[in-house]
Amino acid sequence: MPQEYRQILQHIDQPGYTPALECYLRHGGYAVLRQALALPPRTLPGGQVLSGPEQLRQEVMVSGLRGRGGAGFSCGLKWSFVDRKSGKPIYLICNADESEPGTFKDKQIIYKDPHQMLEGMIIASYANDVHLAFIYIRGEFVEGARILNRALQEARAKGFLGRNILGSGYDLEIHVHRGAGAYICGEETGLIESLEGKRAYPRIKPPYFPAVLGLYQCPTIVNNVETLCAVKHIVARGGAEYARLGTPNNTGTRIVSISGHVRRPGYYEIEVGKVTLGELIHDPAFGGGLREGRQLKAIIPGGSSAKVFKAGETFKLKRRGPDGKESVQEVALLDLPYDFDSLIAAGSMSGSGAIIVLDDSTDIVAALANIADFYAHESCGQCTPCREGSLWMAKALRRLTHGEGRPEDADYLAHIADNIPGGRTICAFGEACAWPVQSFVAKFRDEFIARGAADAKRRAASGRETAAPSGPPHPATAAALAQTPAE
Amino acid sequence: MTMSTANPTPSPSTPPPADTLQVRVNGKAVEVPRTMPDPVSGKPVPTTMIQACFTAGVMVPHYCYHPKLPVAGNCRMCLVEFGTPALGPDRKPILNPDGAPRITKSPRPAIACATPVSPGMEIYTDTPAVKQMRESVLEFLLINHPLDCPICDKAGECKLQEYSEDHGEAQSRFVEPKVHKPKRVDLGPRIVLDDERCILCTRCIRFTRDIVGDDALGLVNRGSYSTLTAYPGRPFDNNYTLNTVDICPVGALTSKDFRFQMRVWFLKETPSLCTSCATGCNIVIGSREDRIYRYEPRENEAVNACWMCDYGRLNYAWIGRADRLTEIRGPQAAGQAPAPGWTPILREISGKLRQAAAGSVAIIASARQTNEELYLLAKLAKKLGALTDSVPRMGEGDRLLLNADRNPNSAGARLTGIAATPMGANLPKIAEGIRAGTIKTLLVVGEEVTRLGLGADLLARLETLIVSDILPNETTRRAHYLLPGCAHAEKRGTFTNARGRVQKFMKAVEPRGDARPEWEFLHELALQVAGPDGCQSLEGLFNQMARDLPAFAGLTWAGLGNQGATLRSEP
Ligand SMILES: Cc1cc2nc3c(=O)[nH]c(=O)nc-3n(C[C@H](O)[C@H](O)[C@H](O)COP(=O)(O)O)c2cc1C
Ligand code: SF4
Ligand code: SF4
Ligand code: SF4
Ligand code: FES
Repeated sequence: MPQEYRQILQHIDQPGYTPALECYLRHGGYAVLRQALALPPRTLPGGQVLSGPEQLRQEVMVSGLRGRGGAGFSCGLKWSFVDRKSGKPIYLICNADESEPGTFKDKQIIYKDPHQMLEGMIIASYANDVHLAFIYIRGEFVEGARILNRALQEARAKGFLGRNILGSGYDLEIHVHRGAGAYICGEETGLIESLEGKRAYPRIKPPYFPAVLGLYQCPTIVNNVETLCAVKHIVARGGAEYARLGTPNNTGTRIVSISGHVRRPGYYEIEVGKVTLGELIHDPAFGGGLREGRQLKAIIPGGSSAKVFKAGETFKLKRRGPDGKESVQEVALLDLPYDFDSLIAAGSMSGSGAIIVLDDSTDIVAALANIADFYAHESCGQCTPCREGSLWMAKALRRLTHGEGRPEDADYLAHIADNIPGGRTICAFGEACAWPVQSFVAKFRDEFIARGAADAKRRAASGRETAAPSGPPHPATAAALAQTPAE
Repeated sequence: MTMSTANPTPSPSTPPPADTLQVRVNGKAVEVPRTMPDPVSGKPVPTTMIQACFTAGVMVPHYCYHPKLPVAGNCRMCLVEFGTPALGPDRKPILNPDGAPRITKSPRPAIACATPVSPGMEIYTDTPAVKQMRESVLEFLLINHPLDCPICDKAGECKLQEYSEDHGEAQSRFVEPKVHKPKRVDLGPRIVLDDERCILCTRCIRFTRDIVGDDALGLVNRGSYSTLTAYPGRPFDNNYTLNTVDICPVGALTSKDFRFQMRVWFLKETPSLCTSCATGCNIVIGSREDRIYRYEPRENEAVNACWMCDYGRLNYAWIGRADRLTEIRGPQAAGQAPAPGWTPILREISGKLRQAAAGSVAIIASARQTNEELYLLAKLAKKLGALTDSVPRMGEGDRLLLNADRNPNSAGARLTGIAATPMGANLPKIAEGIRAGTIKTLLVVGEEVTRLGLGADLLARLETLIVSDILPNETTRRAHYLLPGCAHAEKRGTFTNARGRVQKFMKAVEPRGDARPEWEFLHELALQVAGPDGCQSLEGLFNQMARDLPAFAGLTWAGLGNQGATLRSEP
């Protein structure tokens, strides 16, 4: 029987568990921080001495922890890229901008167990010689910001934060910064710009790799809320022990947000790769299955930007048998282990850990139109392919959902989407807006063509040949028109 | 910020530092320096692919990249493919059977404008994938573009037009309604913006913020609705706004002065200099049928990079004024026919000068005259023992280009010996000489002396007042001999700027009426008064001056080129 493995969520939603510090302390809070700060230098067999922070970084490396924000990049490696010789301060930023549609896991931590996140942040800061850290929290999480500020105050009062933390001589200050109300503020370099008080325009890399030229042009670590919580548990257990959770190269636990057409939408913490997509959707411990009489149509497995899976798909994946030998096996969609590597091998990603389930009541064209509208609205507008392509796709889909489709619109959409991703844009938003369109159109091509053909037929019957653009003007367009002086 | 004028960056001709690396551009090997100066700070920063491509003579189409601005990397027009040498476990390059290093091609393209080069890198700018990426960027840029080339001032020098022809596809697939944005936006006193034409390259924003230091422009709204605007309630008004029109790759920013005046392909372009201050910005005069339509900056690393100020740029209308002096005039006794033109009048003047007693002639010549003209006047002055001077003309300078000295050739006036030290110190002496009756003849070139302590009453005491100028004023009205001269746009010559750079300018339009370049008639006067000098041409005059005056030693007219040359010693 697949089961939740509640590590980060251990206390969350337990009756009587509150965000207050004394509640956290009653449950053993900040003991790991105390332990981390007390870590004595260790002399290696070769005579080299590892400081406490260096040992902590090594534990994180050994743990195999991969970032929970979306890209799944090794946390230990990310930390190892930090330029520690520049003489400039090193900053740590907790990315609490959680905005990927379908994702609602960081919010649970922030609202219900803020001190767990702070403890993780303080340990990560200590491990990286950081003395100033920031929490960049999604602007709409107004109450979350209040909760975090209260938690910071409590932690400061008890000496977990500020000067000479717990008598260790280590100083750290943490500030909460409320986000600027845009999805792109969650992209790490856009976030950094926003934190500096500018528009969240993602930076070009090279040269602006955060680990070298981040916040205020200083080395900077950006980690997701859940990643930083995991750091606490890694230090508590030891890296090697943590790595026994989950599966090789997909270690630890992660919180999955399940939404859409399931009976029990919600957030569930699992050992990575120990539960399959099918179990997450159908098992009573998780999604609890589809509604009465419904069939599965599609799964978006990692937040709205992940490529869609069509019900019934199978994949040829390399898998390691019990004897340790690798072989290629055919794996059905619902048998895909929910981890980083399997979903990538199947052509999508686990992204932010958000599973959106679509049953056969879904109008697939409308579903894509909805996603495309989001990305058109959220493109920062800096670089040409994403700026123009995202709105172009949204307009075409609006036309298709307003009875003005054409049979060729499937190819038309694919043409637009193909010209956005693959390193043509400044940030990964290019991929995020193109992947849904590419995958929906490729996998549900018949539905797109049928929709367009039906519209064309109706138009022909009414004597109208070409599709008319439709849909109301965007508010910005209306405002622009109002501003233009008359000739 | 530091401009090249304040802090000269090495000109392109200086040899690259010894620390170079080799890359290949489309198979061709080029040696490039590891670092190049940052356009704003001047600090060395890694050389980029686009710089390597340009070194190799390979053009990479680009919109947002500008060599004098910080890199933005937003247009994506410069995407290229590339590869780097594959390294073995020993970190040494793996070699192919033929001995050449094996190249691992990057699976992703890179923007040439921002990506640093590395040793052995191979850059490919003409692969099918690169061409396809360019095509698609152009298609994206064009879908919401109003395509109003027929009424756009930029048509003919628009990068969107140019690249669409070179890299675009004939047919757009776009069938949706376009995004509409504000048109005819009055950004400031000199600039009109058409937001629908704007391709959001942010060149204008970066120039204004990072070069001028005025955070006046920015973008509002998101995505395809992004809109360029000035800070709300504040006009876009600094002394450098018109440079944004030059660097705007499309016709979004237009100059109110030039808007709808002339199609650019009809304009004749003449290399010249701005005469509105001692910086001597290099310019191109755009003219058609002897009318000037605009000045544009001409790149000169040692002087103005590729900028100029609005004040200088718009200071050209006087050249076309209707009341320009176009008639040569001599003294006219009542009932007598006017003297018939230059030859007899110059003969008359030279006759008078030859007869003048030593020290009875004074010369006031403007520091807006050329080096050659001032040199000729200095020759005359020497022969006549004349007291000479020029007229200082001061305003407020700034830290970018504009010099407080508003004369284009104060240095020339000093170096030829025409100007006193300090400039203007001899003017009261000349006034005194006239009052005392020792100075009987005054030659004025290009100045209105009645405002300089030589009022009408004094001028009336002179036996002979010879004046050359281009516009009428109190002095020209009182002249016994009036010799109509030329604006710089109507002649050739050289100026010496505040930092001792000698630069030449070419003739863009014909002088009107009797007007002649001053150097021509001053040369004739000098010949007649001081005897032959063996010069036939302006070039010859310049070269003679360079032999004659130690300050100009080593210079030749030909050697000035179109970028000028710096004096060995500062003026
Ligand atoms: C368009 C875009 C939006 C993103 N939004 C978020 C977000 O809301 N929260 C987040 O943690 N990471 C987000 N990311 C990922 C971050 O850029 C960054 O990779 C992440 O915060 C790193 O943390 P991790 O290594 O702990 O996962 C986003 C990335 C992109 C391209
Ligand atoms: S890819 Fe999109 S969101 Fe990212 S920088 Fe470019 S325009 Fe902005
Ligand atoms: S107005 Fe011109 S220079 Fe400025 S952003 Fe638009 S296209 Fe670029
Ligand atoms: S700075 Fe001086 S020389 Fe340059 S354009 Fe302005 S006035 Fe002319
Ligand atoms: S020129 Fe390189 S991205 Fe614009």
